[in-house]
Amino acid sequence: MATFVKFTLNGKSCLAEEGQPLVAAAKECGVYIPTLCNYPGIPPKGACRICTVLINGLPATACTTKVVEGMNVQTSTPELEAFRMAVVEILFAEGNHLCPSCEKSGSCELQALAYRYRMTVPRFPYLFPKRDVEAWHPKILKDHNRCIQCKRCIRGIHNEAGQAVFAFGKRGDRVVINIDPETSKTVSDELAQQAMDLCPVGAILRKEKGFDVPIGRRKYDRTPIGSEV
Amino acid sequence: MEKTITAVIKKYNGDETRLMDILIDIQAELGYLADATVAQIAKTLNIPQVDVEQTVSFYHFFARQPRGKYTVYLNDSVVANFHGRAAVARAFEEAAGCAFEQVSSDGLIGLFDTACMGMSDQEPAALINDVVFTRLTPTRARELVAGMKAGKTVAQLHGNKYGDGQNAHPLIHSMVCNNIQRRGVMVFDDYEPGTAIKRVVTMSSNEVIAMVKAASVRGRGGAGFPTGMKWDFARKAPGDVKYIFCNADEGEPGTFKDRVILTELPQLVFEGMAIAGYAVGAKQGILYIRNEYRYLRAYLEQVLADMRNNNLLGPLTAGKAGFNFDVKIQFGAGAYVCGEESALIESAEGKRGEPRDRPPFPVEKGYLQKPTVVNNVETLCSVVKVMLNGADWYNKLGTEESKGTKVLSVSGDCAKPGIYEVVWGFTVNDILNMVGAKDVQAVQVGGPSGSCIGSSEFNRILAYEDLATGGSLIIIGQHRDLLKDVVLNFARFFREESCGSCVPCRALTGMAQVLLEKIIAGKGTAGDVENLRSWLPIMKHNRCGLGQTALNPVITTIKNFKGLYDQRIKAGDLRFAPSFDLAAAVKDYEAAVAEV
Repeated sequence: MATFVKFTLNGKSCLAEEGQPLVAAAKECGVYIPTLCNYPGIPPKGACRICTVLINGLPATACTTKVVEGMNVQTSTPELEAFRMAVVEILFAEGNHLCPSCEKSGSCELQALAYRYRMTVPRFPYLFPKRDVEAWHPKILKDHNRCIQCKRCIRGIHNEAGQAVFAFGKRGDRVVINIDPETSKTVSDELAQQAMDLCPVGAILRKEKGFDVPIGRRKYDRTPIGSEV
Repeated sequence: MEKTITAVIKKYNGDETRLMDILIDIQAELGYLADATVAQIAKTLNIPQVDVEQTVSFYHFFARQPRGKYTVYLNDSVVANFHGRAAVARAFEEAAGCAFEQVSSDGLIGLFDTACMGMSDQEPAALINDVVFTRLTPTRARELVAGMKAGKTVAQLHGNKYGDGQNAHPLIHSMVCNNIQRRGVMVFDDYEPGTAIKRVVTMSSNEVIAMVKAASVRGRGGAGFPTGMKWDFARKAPGDVKYIFCNADEGEPGTFKDRVILTELPQLVFEGMAIAGYAVGAKQGILYIRNEYRYLRAYLEQVLADMRNNNLLGPLTAGKAGFNFDVKIQFGAGAYVCGEESALIESAEGKRGEPRDRPPFPVEKGYLQKPTVVNNVETLCSVVKVMLNGADWYNKLGTEESKGTKVLSVSGDCAKPGIYEVVWGFTVNDILNMVGAKDVQAVQVGGPSGSCIGSSEFNRILAYEDLATGGSLIIIGQHRDLLKDVVLNFARFFREESCGSCVPCRALTGMAQVLLEKIIAGKGTAGDVENLRSWLPIMKHNRCGLGQTALNPVITTIKNFKGLYDQRIKAGDLRFAPSFDLAAAVKDYEAAVAEV
């Protein structure tokens, strides 16, 4: 049987399974912590930093933090909210995000968070990087313009032999998600769909299938992100 | 190619965690890592190509295309540029017939930029096929290229004039100089190898740690974490296998102390590692050293062999039954972030040097998930002296919170650049007088990740309680253009060296460079400066020290040298964007109209 621990969440006493990721524990307690690189069931990475909260007064990412007895968590302060909005703005200015022509529009977590934070014109300089669209893999299309380098695909997608399909390449603002030329041949339709669903933005698309759900009926069109908590 | 790859991989037992060594050795054999080579390495190791590529493409010195029979990496640091790097670069380009980041059409010479290579007291410096060349001039550059065209070996190009001290040792034979300007008690005084470890093995591990704690030894890499506490955590962490790392990555621009310590007193460092091993219960020590110091390799291997022969390492270390501690050398391949302890561990495991999330800390789960201590070169030296002279002796040196001495790497605009070992507590002014610095505009304390201070702060003291520093002091004269010559170079450095994992660090380092270039070009506004300043709290949420401090060059100069920014920004009517070039924007239209 799981052991439960008591912790304080925004001033209220809550229960969580010992060792549960804070993001999941908070959700069960009805508190939404925004995430981008995190995804339930795959190892956390703490890359986007948007889930940063205060733990006993010190900042830490909620996706990589496990709940322990007596922990005091503050999920929302004006500074934290400003930081989260900054992360969203930075990502829009860093890549090439043209929502109207993107297949993921309406189901995109980055776009949904931008609405949540009422982003207008980013205060960060647009970089307009030159990036490729990689369309030669049998089942997957990768549009690097939209990639936010969250690594969900790297951590979550493996072929049947357990081998990686995606990996990081280069470093700094040149980082790129590389797709393995060999293992990508073994990707099935199901795995391609999984990869597309796992991608928070429209950077990974399943080939030969698209625009299944019309705009207006997509995930965040009627229920804004975070409203399910 | 296939034979080479198979042989190298076999040498490392097909162990994927040795990928750094595998890539270093294969590149040494084949010159560069071609697509087919990467594919073959992946096949032999039975891992996907992208898993090899992610490591290869992370490191500056791994080449995916040919980089010339002679590969010149010319330092592009601030200090190198102070001392005429641009003219040397031009001379190389003209003589070789190719620009930087290119290879000459005959494939003979490749010219590449590189970040600070630990030679700031003898710039401009370059690495040519792993051999260090210092104090370059345009004439010397032309002479070197002529030698390359005549087919001389790199040793012939280097010649037989060697630097001071052990730099003249047959296994080093390098022109690099130590420039030890001031000797102190911790690192640079008389020392008999083995005395400390022989004393230590008569004590219990508890007693050793208690002594390090009593002496209040703190980490010398910059962060100042109490060493005794670190060792205690690792000792108490469950597990039979534990590791001691010595961090000799030393990538902070302007720092070169570890290079000098490892040249003159490697025994002191290795003995410190053995003491740590004894205290923590580790058998294996690993010296992680930057690729730029590869010219020390044969010498360091020989020192280790001699220590094994003298029972100072290996079975029955220091004559103690059951104590078997040994050290191996792990080279890096060009990544500043690997100086961060968890990134260093990742790199030693053959991966990208991306810092890990904490907890768990390395003392609990470090190298290969085993309890691991990572200590700076200088920290380990201090421990040996504490063991020899006692905690009280150590406690009498320095200030309230900073005990012992600090080895400073001083460079830039001063008469006597080099190494200074001083007790903690000297003021910046004391140091400036010592090194013969006049007309000083600013001092970069602790390298680019530290702070840039002006004369109003030169009375501050070097100590953890005031100006903490890993030891780099770059002196910037009045005649320098601080924003263009210093801040912009540092901004480029951090953009290049960010691992790219955390969003704020990955993106804002590049964006800061964009805004800075705009301001320097006279097209910035007061809003741009305010914008930059407002990014500091965002950077504080990055995972590692590199990310958290990567905008320090910009932020600390906005704070301390605001006037320099104000001089460059557009004043007056700012209802329009001064960066917008109307003439350029309507150029096509004007041309079309003219045609009609």
